[in-house]
Amino acid sequence: MSALLQVQDLTVNFALRTGDLTALNGVTFALGEGERLGLVGESGAGKSVAGFAIINLIGKPGYIAGGRVLFQGEEISALPEEAIRRIRGHRISMVFQDPMMTLNPVLTIGTQMVETLQAHRNIGQSEAEAIAVDKLRQVHIPSPEKRLHQYPHEFSGGMRQRIIIAIALLNDPQLIIADEPTTALDVTIQAEIMDLFLELCRQTRMGLILITHDLAVVSETTEKIAVMYAGEIVEEGRTEDVVRRPRHPYTQGLIAALPQGDDQRGTRLNQIPGTMPTLTRIPPGCSFHPRCPHAMDVCSERAPGPLPVAYPDGGGGMAACHLYDPNLGDR
Amino acid sequence: MTDRWQRFKKSALFHDFKGDKVAIVSFATLVLLFICAFSAPLIAPYNPYDSANIDIMSSEIPPVWMAGGTNDYLLGTDAQGRDLLSTMIYGMRISIIIGICAVALQAVIGIIIGLIAGYYGGKLDGFFMRLADVQLSFSYLMVAIFVSAVLQAAVGVGRFAEIAVPFLIIVIGLAQWPQYARTVRASVLAEKKKEYVEAARVTGFGAHRIMWRHILPNCMSPILVLSTIQVANAVMSEAALSFLGLGMPVTRPSLGSLINAGFEYIFSGSWWITAFPGVLLVILVLAVNLLGDFLRDALNPKLYKG
Ligand SMILES: Nc1ncnc2c1ncn2[C@@H]1O[C@H](COP(=O)(O)OP(=O)(O)OP(=O)(O)O)[C@@H](O)[C@H]1O
Ligand SMILES: [Mg+2]
Repeated sequence: MSALLQVQDLTVNFALRTGDLTALNGVTFALGEGERLGLVGESGAGKSVAGFAIINLIGKPGYIAGGRVLFQGEEISALPEEAIRRIRGHRISMVFQDPMMTLNPVLTIGTQMVETLQAHRNIGQSEAEAIAVDKLRQVHIPSPEKRLHQYPHEFSGGMRQRIIIAIALLNDPQLIIADEPTTALDVTIQAEIMDLFLELCRQTRMGLILITHDLAVVSETTEKIAVMYAGEIVEEGRTEDVVRRPRHPYTQGLIAALPQGDDQRGTRLNQIPGTMPTLTRIPPGCSFHPRCPHAMDVCSERAPGPLPVAYPDGGGGMAACHLYDPNLGDR
Repeated sequence: MTDRWQRFKKSALFHDFKGDKVAIVSFATLVLLFICAFSAPLIAPYNPYDSANIDIMSSEIPPVWMAGGTNDYLLGTDAQGRDLLSTMIYGMRISIIIGICAVALQAVIGIIIGLIAGYYGGKLDGFFMRLADVQLSFSYLMVAIFVSAVLQAAVGVGRFAEIAVPFLIIVIGLAQWPQYARTVRASVLAEKKKEYVEAARVTGFGAHRIMWRHILPNCMSPILVLSTIQVANAVMSEAALSFLGLGMPVTRPSLGSLINAGFEYIFSGSWWITAFPGVLLVILVLAVNLLGDFLRDALNPKLYKG
């Protein structure tokens, strides 16, 4: 599988009055052609910042302090604004959480779609409209020709999210970054939208980064999972490995906290004690150690690097935890 | 086009309009006044700019229903012997043209500055907003008096009459742009936080396109409301300047200069020369203001309910 996206050691800081805050700390991962990756973590872990940093859209006071982003082998993090703008919405699209807010209320969806197409391609009105209708059909909007002339407020939330996905698809991107695309929708519609993503990715061999705090959502949709905690990726691996055999204590905690329908033993959720540290006061060593049930002395002294973890079937993943450091002895 | 009209007929704005008698009456009045003003050569009984029509012997003839009035001059004549009704119609045309052009100038300057200040923020914002403060701290009357005095001295009073219209447009236009800049900036600050702007950035649109195509159309309601108020203000400002003798000359009077010209005769009994243009000015400004009030109320809870 050739690499579609390689994120290497990406670091994002926010320059605040009280000093710099590191929202993303050396994030590294890769995504193959047509591969689906879930980026999970609790609120404030830096998931959205990671999404924006990939397309170099970190607004002030934030800035990219280090690392590189390679897209199809090209270092897009080093491109000038003009050039990266030609990639945004063209080869990499992004879908946001709230479908009520993402469409411009005063323009018809036809206008918004045609302009998105014309921003990247030199095509006429009727040709653009034909593509727009085609994409609306692809996301299962009924009678798309009529819908083109309607305004966003004439659609329901689920329909709007479909339209937003259609807009993201307009220029046939190789990668879609979806930032909590179903959080604002109710449960049945959530499932429909996730099915739609899955279907589209399979049809077009498009890569997907699905950002969410809901492990259950990614486990049904993506092939790989990266778990984020306080601006770092603490575990990464194939979805079934991470969900069934989590290695990092934080991931183990997340899985244990999932409500389980077939669980007979009790209904109380096993929440991880404590809260994620504010990014201005990250503890020394491993940032998770104050909440970790397996914390050792070394954990408060130095941060663990990414360590390979193996699974019985020969597959491998990564966990940033001293537990998997062979030099410290396995427990 | 017909499609748009159909859509407009179904819109909340049109629905509110139908139920608001004041709005309907002021809109009808305004349409009537505009039609009169812009077809002045067709409907006015005389051409007040044509000196062949003017006979000093027939000056200060009272309106037709008073003793000494004649059927030739419905509202009487002014001190130069011009038919007052015709002069008022032509004068209203000048007042309206100056008012609208001055507001257009304010809007262009104010919208550009407001968009840039609001969108980019930071030092640019600080600079433009301080500039607006400085501009507003000068009374436009003071600026106008100063500039017109300099201009009259420079080009001579005769030539000044020719450039009076553009002069008034520029003075009133420049004096009031901060109103627009502030309104637009405030709306831009609110709009640019919304997700559709982020989405536009993610789509690869540049700053220009986002500002003009995405943010500005979402700021139109406050701009529309402000514009009606500003047109009324500009017409009043023009009248005030002309009343002070800084505006339109008596040979091509606006409503303001007519009021001014007639003022001298009020005590000699020829009250109509001042009164009728005054009433027309009040009706014009009132109609615009009432329509503005309606728009503000109708558009305020947001025309497009998200
Ligand atoms: N504009 C900003 N100014 C200052 N700090 C910011 C800004 N944007 C993000 N941050 C910091 O980055 C951290 C990560 O934010 P981010 O939005 O990526 O979280 P998230 O993982 O997407 O959470 P959520 O699930 O709530 O969306 C925040 O906790 C915050 O401290
Ligand atoms: Mg987020």
